[in-house]
Amino acid sequence: MKPAPFSYYRATSIDDAITALSGADGMAAVLAGGQSLVPMLNLRLSPVDHLIDLRSIAALSRQEETPEAICYGALTTHAAFEDGAVPDGTNGLMRYAASHIAYRAVRNRGTLGGALALADPAADWLTTAVALDASVTLTGPDGQRCLAITDFVVGPYYTQIAEDEIIDSVVVPRRSAAERWGYYKVAPKVGEYAKSLAVALIDPAKASARLVIGAWSDVPLVLKAGASALLEGVKQHDLAVIVQNELDLKMPSLSPAERRLHTSSVVRAAEQARS
Amino acid sequence: MKQSVSLTVNDRPVEATVESRLSLADFLRLELRLTATHLGCEHGVCGACTVLINGEPARSCIALTVSLGGDEITTLEGLADDPAMQVIKQAFHDKHGLQCGFCTPGMLISTRDLLKRTPRPSEGAVRDGLSGNLCRCTGYQGIVRAVLKAAEDLAAS
Repeated sequence: MKPAPFSYYRATSIDDAITALSGADGMAAVLAGGQSLVPMLNLRLSPVDHLIDLRSIAALSRQEETPEAICYGALTTHAAFEDGAVPDGTNGLMRYAASHIAYRAVRNRGTLGGALALADPAADWLTTAVALDASVTLTGPDGQRCLAITDFVVGPYYTQIAEDEIIDSVVVPRRSAAERWGYYKVAPKVGEYAKSLAVALIDPAKASARLVIGAWSDVPLVLKAGASALLEGVKQHDLAVIVQNELDLKMPSLSPAERRLHTSSVVRAAEQARS
Repeated sequence: MKQSVSLTVNDRPVEATVESRLSLADFLRLELRLTATHLGCEHGVCGACTVLINGEPARSCIALTVSLGGDEITTLEGLADDPAMQVIKQAFHDKHGLQCGFCTPGMLISTRDLLKRTPRPSEGAVRDGLSGNLCRCTGYQGIVRAVLKAAEDLAAS
């Protein structure tokens, strides 16, 4: 046995989980897919006295569609996106992102809500959710609240989830059918956490473009100057200069190597989106 | 902090009272003596402990036994009579897909799942598909050849 002792409780409903969380003395954590939490328990990096298992709460695995958005229950697995088993409103971007998370054995159990709750800057879903303007619905003792992903994530591994709240679902607005996307991840090995991760979205008909850089030492950044340049159709070399200048401004702590790495992944995602 | 759990292992119902921190891998090896499942890194990186949970590959070192109530676990022992697994094992034998054999149970289970989802994978798809299983002996060439041969043999059978 690797982890330190903890108590285990299998919650039967969202309310039951919240009651268990509110009543816990000591450190309580909720278990979704467990693909990051259990390794951290095994390594004794995450001190947990009480583990509250959400996996048998059926409501957290639901998907709901509206004309404007798709709502994914927090326990929707990466594999469900990869296999196209859940509806997609992003022209396949979420499916692509999901299929590049870690390894199949991890994707079978890892969940969208769990990944966002951890808020690892190098994880695929966080940068993707920022690019897609997703929002996160939290449920606590006082009911529900819905936060834009950029408000939800405060910093690396740091979110707005209160101690007695859980993620209910993630709402992803439907993108226009004409929009194109690019996704560029730099990782030393297939399935590893990203060293750099960029997502580009462009829809010339709607005059909209979005560029997001993630997997650096802080939360993903939206690059506005780069997105405008992408929309104007500036050439690759000029786009690289604009992106690099914007990174210098917003990420002054980058080393020269990191600066080049992130510039390259942004430009490659942008090129993929407009190719 | 012990808790009782009932699950199915290799089609056999199992009732047990275990510590909440006991991993499925340790449960399989130490309590049920199903030692085909190997433990390498014990934090979800190396893939040696891969088993099927409800038919899907999963890392048994990062699955908590108490959380698997009602689930169906299949280890390599439980796939002894599986026709696809027999073909895959023979291909690993023929193409030198193993040396020390430590990673092999995980490799075999991941291969079976990969070929179920992608019956005729390219070499690149095999390398991607098995990237979550580490081997420190073969340099992977033998494993990749074995999986490609297994795909061929399964298609022919």
